[in-house]
Amino acid sequence: MIRITCPHCGPRDQDEFSYAGDATRTRPADPATASAADWHDYVYLRDNPAGPHLEFWHHIHGCRRYVKVLRDVTSHQVLACGWPDADLEAAQ
Amino acid sequence: MAEYSVFSLIREGLSGHKGWIRAWRDPEPKKSYDVIIIGGGGHGLATAYYLARNHGITNVAVVEKGWIGGGNVGRNTTIVRSNYMLDGNAHFYEHSLKLWEGLSRDLNYNVMFSQRGVLNLGHCDGQMDAFARRGNLMRLNGIDAELLDREGVRKLYPHLDYSKDARWPIYGGLLQARGGTARHDAVAWGFARGADRRGVDILQNCEVTGFERDGDRITGVKTSRGTIGCGRVGMAVAGNTSRVAAMLGLKLPIESHVLQAFVSEPLKPLIDGVVTYGAGHFYISQSDKGGLVLGGDIDFHNSYAQRGNLPVVENVMANGLAMMPYLSRVRILRSWGGIMDMSMDGSPIISKTPVDNLYLNAGWCYGGFKATPGSGYAFAHTIAHDAPHETNREMGLERFETGYLLDEGGKGPTPKLH
Repeated sequence: MIRITCPHCGPRDQDEFSYAGDATRTRPADPATASAADWHDYVYLRDNPAGPHLEFWHHIHGCRRYVKVLRDVTSHQVLACGWPDADLEAAQ
Repeated sequence: MAEYSVFSLIREGLSGHKGWIRAWRDPEPKKSYDVIIIGGGGHGLATAYYLARNHGITNVAVVEKGWIGGGNVGRNTTIVRSNYMLDGNAHFYEHSLKLWEGLSRDLNYNVMFSQRGVLNLGHCDGQMDAFARRGNLMRLNGIDAELLDREGVRKLYPHLDYSKDARWPIYGGLLQARGGTARHDAVAWGFARGADRRGVDILQNCEVTGFERDGDRITGVKTSRGTIGCGRVGMAVAGNTSRVAAMLGLKLPIESHVLQAFVSEPLKPLIDGVVTYGAGHFYISQSDKGGLVLGGDIDFHNSYAQRGNLPVVENVMANGLAMMPYLSRVRILRSWGGIMDMSMDGSPIISKTPVDNLYLNAGWCYGGFKATPGSGYAFAHTIAHDAPHETNREMGLERFETGYLLDEGGKGPTPKLH
């Protein structure tokens, strides 16, 4: 069982969350000028690292806010949690 | 190397089984090969086999970081089927199923392919309509499909929950009678032996650590057993595709997720074929040793850990109990996890790549095992001719740029849902 510390609710089981995927993607800032390649990169391509992974979890059965998590996907160990704008890697 | 036959079996049986020789060699790596296949799983070994068998390319090495068949080909639930709707998938999987039907003879190795039927249960009118549509599309593509009503399902599987208290009543099902199961290890070993007999070198404990490049070409593969020169390189390392691709600076439309599977204690014959639950994600069959083999959803989060967590265990078992309440008294013997390449549209990639002489076989999601022969066949063709086979024409990597996706489930770029 993965335990995630929601910044609002405190430590909770993964059952309360819905996984929302890679948190390192950035939506093209200006859709009017973004190229097809920019969208392809944003929508489809992932680094998919084996190690620490930045990801979003939606606290769907709690406060319903999004939580950013740094988690080692080779062990499932949660390394850090914070609000979506937190810089979790810098805090490591 | 000796052919396997009933005569060799009798001869060895009468002489204490002392005459069997190893099924494939353990060679030292040569300086270079025409083709290097990275990944000694089912798909990599099948690719090497068909390169030699269909295209006469025998100066081939399969490099494997561990032992062959130690990854997903040994970690799946052994289901074989071709019940797909989209043209780009349906013909590929049907071709693969046809290869399965002659595989034991072709390989001179018993892969124990058993066409015991795959039945998808339907639990409401809408689902039965969807099954009728899928079945019709399959039949239009020349694939067998049969729509069963409730009584038809009951005749095949009399011990599902048909009571009025059933959480989701069984309305009927869609049966593919030519589907079934196979012996997973035998598939890896059979292809390995077949490839080896045609001159392919299988290099185990040979982990790829990097590449030597000359512009857009790969000139050598760096491994834990030295650098090996290469003409072309085929990558078939589903589960770890992104890691190997990253060594070449490639970023792919793939996430790695963990899928769990379970085996129960051995029981007397109980479940004839493969049955899938329609009101949740659950599939079950019975192995030839009597164990019930079952599985469900992936764990829904990125993982390279080859083991899952309890929430999905609970979910899988709850689905099973809703369909077959008597499972509550069956003990689970083992569970394990395998790492899936979850692609962005739920369909596989057998493709050329931006690197000139690199070919990619990846993105198998839940469905790699049944594809093993068809995948090897199509990938070997793609490598030999530098162009896709007719069965993998729509499985190119470029589809994510052009928008011609193969999204069988209509779920969009959300890998955990495929």
